[in-house]
Amino acid sequence: MPKLTKSERYPVRFTLNGRPVEAWAEPRTLLTDVLRHGLGSTGTHVGCEHGVCGACTVEIDGEPARACLVLAGQVDGQAVRTVEGLEPEAGRLSVLQDAFRRHHGLQCGFCTPGILMTLDCLFRARPDADEAEIRDHLSGHLCRCTGYAPIMRAALDARDRFNQARREETHA
Amino acid sequence: MTAIPPSGGWTGRPVPRVEDAALLTGRGRYVDDLPIAPGTLHAAVLRSPHAHAMIRRVDTSAALALPGVACVLTADEVRRLSRAMTVGVKADVEAWPIAVDRVRYVGEPVAVVVAADRYVAEDAIDLIEVGYDILPVVVDPRTAAEPDAPTLHPSLGSNVINERLFRYGEPDAAFEASSRRVAVTVSYPRNSGTPIETYGVIASYDPGEDAYDVTANFQGPFSIHAVVARALNVPGNRMRLRTPPDSGGSFGIKQGVFPYMILMALAARLADRPVKWIEDRLEHLSASVSATNRVTTLEAAVEADGRVTALRWDQLEDCGAHLRAPEPATLYRMHGNMTGAYAIRHVAIRNRIVLTNKTPTGLNRGFGGPQMYFALERLMQRIAIELGLDPLDVIRRNLVPAGSFPYRTATGALLDSGDYQAALTRAIDQGGLAGLIETRRAARAEGRLYGIGYTAAVEPSVSNMGYITAVLSPAARRKAGPKNGAQATATIAIDPLGAVSVKVASVPQGQGHRTVLAQVVADALGLEPGAIRVLADVDTARDAWSIASGNYSSRFAPAVAGATKLAADRIAEKLKRVAAGQLNVAAGEVDLANGRAQARGNPENAVSFARVAAAAHWAPGTLPDGVDQTIRETVFWTPEQLIAPDDEDAVNSSLCHGFIFDFCSVEVDRLTGAVRIDKYVTMHDCGRILHPGMVAGQVTGGFAHAVGAALLEEYAYGPDGSFLSGTLADYLIPTVMEVAEPVILHYESPSPFTPLGAKGVGEGNCMSTPVCLANAVADACDFDDVTLPLVPAHLADRLAAEEKPSRETPTRTAVPAKPGERKLTGEGSALVAAPRQAVWDMLLDPKTLEAVIPGAHGVRKVSSTRFLADVTLGVGPVKGRYRAEIELSDLDEPGAVTLSGGTDGALGFGRGSGRITLAETAPDRTTVHYAYEAVIGGKVASVGGRLLDGAARVVIGQFFKSLAAHAGGGKGNGSGLLARLRRLLGRGA
Repeated sequence: MPKLTKSERYPVRFTLNGRPVEAWAEPRTLLTDVLRHGLGSTGTHVGCEHGVCGACTVEIDGEPARACLVLAGQVDGQAVRTVEGLEPEAGRLSVLQDAFRRHHGLQCGFCTPGILMTLDCLFRARPDADEAEIRDHLSGHLCRCTGYAPIMRAALDARDRFNQARREETHA
Repeated sequence: MTAIPPSGGWTGRPVPRVEDAALLTGRGRYVDDLPIAPGTLHAAVLRSPHAHAMIRRVDTSAALALPGVACVLTADEVRRLSRAMTVGVKADVEAWPIAVDRVRYVGEPVAVVVAADRYVAEDAIDLIEVGYDILPVVVDPRTAAEPDAPTLHPSLGSNVINERLFRYGEPDAAFEASSRRVAVTVSYPRNSGTPIETYGVIASYDPGEDAYDVTANFQGPFSIHAVVARALNVPGNRMRLRTPPDSGGSFGIKQGVFPYMILMALAARLADRPVKWIEDRLEHLSASVSATNRVTTLEAAVEADGRVTALRWDQLEDCGAHLRAPEPATLYRMHGNMTGAYAIRHVAIRNRIVLTNKTPTGLNRGFGGPQMYFALERLMQRIAIELGLDPLDVIRRNLVPAGSFPYRTATGALLDSGDYQAALTRAIDQGGLAGLIETRRAARAEGRLYGIGYTAAVEPSVSNMGYITAVLSPAARRKAGPKNGAQATATIAIDPLGAVSVKVASVPQGQGHRTVLAQVVADALGLEPGAIRVLADVDTARDAWSIASGNYSSRFAPAVAGATKLAADRIAEKLKRVAAGQLNVAAGEVDLANGRAQARGNPENAVSFARVAAAAHWAPGTLPDGVDQTIRETVFWTPEQLIAPDDEDAVNSSLCHGFIFDFCSVEVDRLTGAVRIDKYVTMHDCGRILHPGMVAGQVTGGFAHAVGAALLEEYAYGPDGSFLSGTLADYLIPTVMEVAEPVILHYESPSPFTPLGAKGVGEGNCMSTPVCLANAVADACDFDDVTLPLVPAHLADRLAAEEKPSRETPTRTAVPAKPGERKLTGEGSALVAAPRQAVWDMLLDPKTLEAVIPGAHGVRKVSSTRFLADVTLGVGPVKGRYRAEIELSDLDEPGAVTLSGGTDGALGFGRGSGRITLAETAPDRTTVHYAYEAVIGGKVASVGGRLLDGAARVVIGQFFKSLAAHAGGGKGNGSGLLARLRRLLGRGA
C-alpha cells in the first residue's frame, strides 16, 4: 500500500457482494462510513463504533469482521459481503433470513444484519456447528429487543434446514 | 383476496410480520439511512468533561478557522434564538438544551460544531477551548438532599426541587393499631434500556416562513412537541416533526432526543443549511437519558398473619442535573399503584425530587415500576421472614380479592379486571414450583447457595396524561386547569381501487404494530391482512396526532389498536350500508367477508369489496342517505376512566392493569459470586392477546432488560461526578450467555375498558423481574438486604465477609478502590548514571523535560517553579492532546521535590501530585524514587477506565527510563522488558 497522507482522499476498490465498487476515502475513513454513506449500502448498521455491539459485522474475504473497526483503505482489493448480499434474489429470503422471520428472531432489526452475517459465516465454515458453538458466536452480538431466545431458535432451525438441503443435494 | 380467514379471525394469530422482509435484507429505513438534502451539514457536540463547573470562557476561533467548519452554536446563540424548556414543576429554575454559564453533568453540551462532514466537525470540537472553574460535586441523592449540600441551581436554594406529602385512608391509625411493623430501605441504581441505534436528528429552518422541519428518531409522547415548539419560539404548526419509518429500539430512551431536536434546529438556523447529527455511543451512554435512581424507605403495618394494613412510603427520586419534561413523571407514573397487586387501604407517601450532578433522566422501560416494586416486593419477602411465614402466603393473603373488579386502589387507580388468585395458582401448577422447592432442598443439603424468589405485580398501561399533575398541589392544579386522558388516533383510507391503508401515530421501534393493525382491520373489513397497508411513523404536519401519540406506557395494544378497531368498524358500517343498496338487502344483513360484501345466509348475493369501497370515489351520487363518504375515517379515542387527579389526590394513573406473578430459582456460586438463573416462570394477565408471537417477544425482551438491570447494568459515577460507563465494555448489557429463557404463562382477563380487551404487556417484566431475582438471591444467600446490580464481585465479597466474620479484610493484590472511583496511585524507582545535583538540574530544565516526558511537544518554564507543556498521550483507544501545568513545591534541593499539576484536553482532565526523592546510592549513581497519586476524569475516564492504571505506570516508567538514558546511560531499576511487563500487569515496580 502506498504511503498515505492525512486529509488526502484515495480511491478504494473492492468487491461488494460480488460486484466491483470504488469509493473515495481519507486514510481515517471507516469502512462503515464508506459502505453506508459512500456506497449507499445502509443495511450495515453502526451501534457503538467500538467493536462491542456487533451490529456492523460484515464479511471480509470470507471472515466476519467489525466494519466499525476497519479503515476503508484496509479492504482495498478484498471481497466484502454485507446483509444486502444474503438474499438469493430480490424478494426471496435466504434460509437464514426466513428462519429469523418465522421465529420472530428480530424486533427493531437494528442488530439483525450483523447477526445474520456472523451466522452466515459460521454455517458456511461449520455447517454442523452445535448449539454451544452457535451461542458462542452470538455472544459477540448485543440485541436489546428479543431476549435472544428467538434468535437461538432461528439459528438452530436455519442450520437444520441448510443441512437437510445439503443432504438432499448429495443424495440427489 | 382469496385467503379464507381462520375461524375467529386474524386477530390473535401468530401471522408473520410484514416488517421483517425489509429489515432482514438491509432495506430498513432508520434515521441515518434516510436521504438528505444536497448540502446537508453534519454536527458534533462538545460536551463537558466536568460534573460541575462554571464556564469561564468558550473560545471557538480556532474551530471556526478550520476549513469545512460552517458555524459553532454556543449558549449565547441558543439564548438569543430560543427559550428555556418548560419544566414540569413550579420552580424558579431554567432548563436549556445546552449548558448556560455552568455545566452540571459530565457530557452536558457546551457547543455544537456544524461542518462539511462528521470527521471535520469532530476535529473542530477538539479546537474549542473552554475555561472551567470547577465547583463541588454532589452525586448521591441523599447527600444532595441535605441542607448544606453544594447546590446545582442557586435560584432554587436547594437541590430538592419538589416535595409532596400524600395521605390515603387512615395510615397513622393503622400503624398505631398494627401488631408489627416491617421496613426496608433500598437504593435502586441508574440504568438504561440503551437501544442499539443511538439518537439521530436531521433539521432545517426556513427563514421565510420562520418554520423548522425536524426528522428525529423520537418515540413520543408528542406532548414533547409542544415543549420543542415553545423552546424554538414558534407556533406548533411551524415546528414540523417527522419520524423515520424504522427505529432501532427505544425502550423509552428516545423520548430524550428532544433537547437535541432543539439544538440541531437552532444549528440549522445558524448555518442556514440542513444539519444532521447522529449521536455516538459514548454520547449516548453518558448524556442521552437514563432511568432515575431512587432511595426508598418503605414501612408496613402488619397483622400477625402477614396481612398488610398500611404502607408508609418515603421516596427520594434523583432526576439528575435538570428536571426535563416529562419528569418527574417517573415518580408519579405508579402513583395509583403504590399498593401493587394488594388490597391495602391506608397509605402515606412522601415524595421528594432531588437534583444531582448526573445526566438528566427520562423515559425508560418500566418507568417507575422497577424502582417502586423493588421496594414493595423486597418488603413482602422481609415481612414473611420477620414473621416466620411462607412468602407465598404473605402474597396470597394480600392480593386484591377476585370478584372485586373494577377495583379502586387506595391511591386512586381503577384496576380494570383480573383474578389474581387464579392466575397465581395456575402459575404455581404449570410453572412447577413444587419441583423448584425440592431442588432447593437438595441443593442446600449439599451446601449450595440456592434460593427462590417471588413477585406479584400490577403492570399499568396507557398512561393518563394527567397523572403528572399530581406533583402539583390540588390548589395549583385548579389554577392550571385539569389535565387528563390519553388520546389515541387511527385513520383508515380507501383508495379508488378499493385498497385499504391505515395510518396511526404509534411510532413503533420494532414492536410489529403494522402487522397487528393489518390483522385487526382485516377482520373488520373481511379482507386478508396482506391487503392492508399500515403506516405508523408520524409527520406532525400531515397526520392525525395528539399529545398522547407515540410509543410508551405500553399503549399500543389497548389504545392504538383499539382506536384502529373503532375506525375500521365505523368504515365497515358505512360500507355495509353502501352494499345494502347494491345487494338489495338491509344493511344489518350484510357481512364483509372473504373480500366481498355478501348477504347473510345467501353468499351468492355478493359484490366485491373493491366495488363497494370505490363507490365513494367514482359515483358518490349513488351513496345512500346518511353515508357521506367511505374514503377516509379518522377516529380519536380517549378512555373516559382517565379522569384528572381529584382534590384528595386520588390518581387513576393508567387505564389498564395487567397482572404478573413471577417466581424463579437461582444458584449463587459461593466463590465467584456469579448468579445463575436456574428457572424463571412469569405469569401474565395482559387481557386479550392480539398476536402471541409479539406478546412473547415483549415478555422475553423485557425479561432480558430486567436480567441486565438485576445482574449487570449500572451507570457508574465517580465521587467527582466522572462518568465511568462510557463503552459497552464498561456498561455491560446481557448477551445470549446471560439471558435464560423464561417460562411464559398466560391468564386472559380481557379489559372491559379497551375496544379489543387488550392490555399493555411491554414493561411488566422490567418491573417484576429485578426484584424477583433479588428476592431469590436474598433467599439463596440469607441476605437481609440486596442492592442491584448483583455483580459477582460484590456478591463474592459479601459472601466471603459473612463466611469468615472474624477475618480481617480479604487479602488482595491491590488496594480495593471504592466502587467507581478512578484514582491512580503508584510508585517506583530508577537508577540514573549521574550525580544527584545533575539529576536535580535535569528535572528542573525544560529542555530535558521535553526530551524525557513521553509525548511532550513543548515545555515552557513560566517561573522557577511552574512549567507548561503540550503532551500527546494515548490511553487505550483514546489518543489525545493535553495541556499540562506543572507546579514544583516542597523543594529540598537536591534531595526531594513535589510535582503537582493538572492536565486538560479534549479527551479529559487529570490532577495529581508526586513526590520525587533523589538519593546518591553510589558515586555518580542516583536512585530516583517516585510516588504519585492522580485522579483522572472526562472522556478518558469514561472509555479508558480499565486501562488507566497500566497506562499510567507505563508512561511514568517511560519518563524515568528516558531520564536515565538522557543522563548518559545507567539503568532504571525495573526498566527491562520483564520489569515493564510486571508493571503492565499491575504488580508495581
